[in-house]
Amino acid sequence: MKADQPGEPVISLRGVTAELGSRPVLRGIDLTVHHGEVVALLGANGSGKSTAVRTVIGQVPVTRGEIELFGTPRRRFSDWGRVGYVPQRTTAAGGVPATVTEVVSSGRLSRARFGILRKADREAVHQVLELVGMADHAKQSVDALSGGQHQRVLIARALASQPDLLIMDEPMAGVDHASQEMLAETLREQVGQGASVLLVLHELGPLEPLINRAVVLRDGCVAHDGPPPPAVGQHALPGHDHVHPHAAHGAEPVRTGLLS
Amino acid sequence: MDILDYAFMQRALLAAVLVGITAPAVGIYLVQRRQALMGDGIGHVAMTGVGLGFLLSWSPVWMATLVSVVGAVMMELIRWYGRTRGDIALAMLFYGGMAGGVMFINLAPGGSNANLTSYLFGSLSTVSESDVTAICLLAAFVVLVTLGLRRQLFAVSQDEEFARVTGLPVRALNLLTAVTAAVTVTVAMRVVGLLLVSALMVVPVAAAQQLSRSFAATFAIAVAIGVSVTIGGTVTSYYQDVPPGATIVLLTIGAFIALTALATPLNRRRARAMAQATGDPVECAIPATRDSSGKIGV
Repeated sequence: MKADQPGEPVISLRGVTAELGSRPVLRGIDLTVHHGEVVALLGANGSGKSTAVRTVIGQVPVTRGEIELFGTPRRRFSDWGRVGYVPQRTTAAGGVPATVTEVVSSGRLSRARFGILRKADREAVHQVLELVGMADHAKQSVDALSGGQHQRVLIARALASQPDLLIMDEPMAGVDHASQEMLAETLREQVGQGASVLLVLHELGPLEPLINRAVVLRDGCVAHDGPPPPAVGQHALPGHDHVHPHAAHGAEPVRTGLLS
Repeated sequence: MDILDYAFMQRALLAAVLVGITAPAVGIYLVQRRQALMGDGIGHVAMTGVGLGFLLSWSPVWMATLVSVVGAVMMELIRWYGRTRGDIALAMLFYGGMAGGVMFINLAPGGSNANLTSYLFGSLSTVSESDVTAICLLAAFVVLVTLGLRRQLFAVSQDEEFARVTGLPVRALNLLTAVTAAVTVTVAMRVVGLLLVSALMVVPVAAAQQLSRSFAATFAIAVAIGVSVTIGGTVTSYYQDVPPGATIVLLTIGAFIALTALATPLNRRRARAMAQATGDPVECAIPATRDSSGKIGV
């Protein structure tokens, strides 16, 4: 396992604050992911870990502070092909059927000019499906997949652009054991090829051996930044509880269903 | 075919076909975003445009286009910013639009609610030369957007958060979807009417979903259903004295029911074929998580 490696920061948050509604969720956090590092973002429900990740990708506006991606301020950052994002699985369900290939292909758009997918793009999509073991399901509807298979599809979509940085929000939530092993293996390969990773996790689980550093959030502040807590001690993390992670969206607005 | 001997029927059929293509083509993105009723909302707002058109003696079609585009952009802005009570704001926009239409048309010299009726429920046989020109131009815009940007619109409608990370201009694409939906409403206004527009945007897509597993197939089948029912409804209304708008919508719902009935045995066979291909037994493979249709509860 690599120790903290000095290198150019790929993600850098300095004094970032953010609000949902008018409730402060982040109260000035510093977070850096260096090149080649695997950083776990831990914390209880409502501690702001998902929000922190969403400020990085620009989904949640920042009220104060600075965010840089690959040394470029996020507002001016445009090389999105270098970033692969795996959102919480609950956000990725459309009201119209779509096949595994169709969903994963949209991950290639950042590399495709004018949204036209060429032969090389289609090959890249096929490759990542092989990588996560979903090539046999390429023509299947994503609605018909199990939780673990669905998560593999979302990871394939993130990997389709061959990113240098992976950002994953609770990739292990609701995923069966076989898929968890598969995901850990895929992640290990990506890290071996020099990818940097920022992971939001509820507990370290099977990814533990991969993680170089853990950042623990509590009430929107960084409570710990350093080596990951030992496996047996993870229940002693500040604010750790055993509520299921999907309850963490209390801050999200109620969707009306009409024009959510 | 004596039906094509009449100029008014030629215009009616052309308008109907264009609506049959455009309404499901936009509707599929609205359904994908779970905004199925957005077309209905825009339809209500467009009434103000029709009323204003009469009041100012401008073309009601172009005026309705303008007002419904403004309304659709407002709905999209409410979705961004007015998160807390967005539904209330939208309700006010809908009913304000409807009330505005009734008000303006009654203020117009010689105007009454009777003028409005042909826009509310469609008036295919009175589609004029200039209406056809407007409908053709607007339909061309809709087809260009919905087909040309299908990958981008698919990505944004499927998962907005992810689309942001692919570097797509998410807000611009959302606004474009709203504007395209507004344009489609005014294209369809003369054919099926403002109150029934949404049916043609949503029901063909829902019907197509019964058969398809991919987005591309859903798109193609939905447009095919849209064109079939609009032609079918128009022709029926020529031979039988029935209102075309209502006929088209009822035919669409009929298509939905027929395809749903057809889909059940088809899906069962598909599930069996899939199980054979992957080597899983059809029954009791993974207890409790898999229901009879092969869907897996998450």
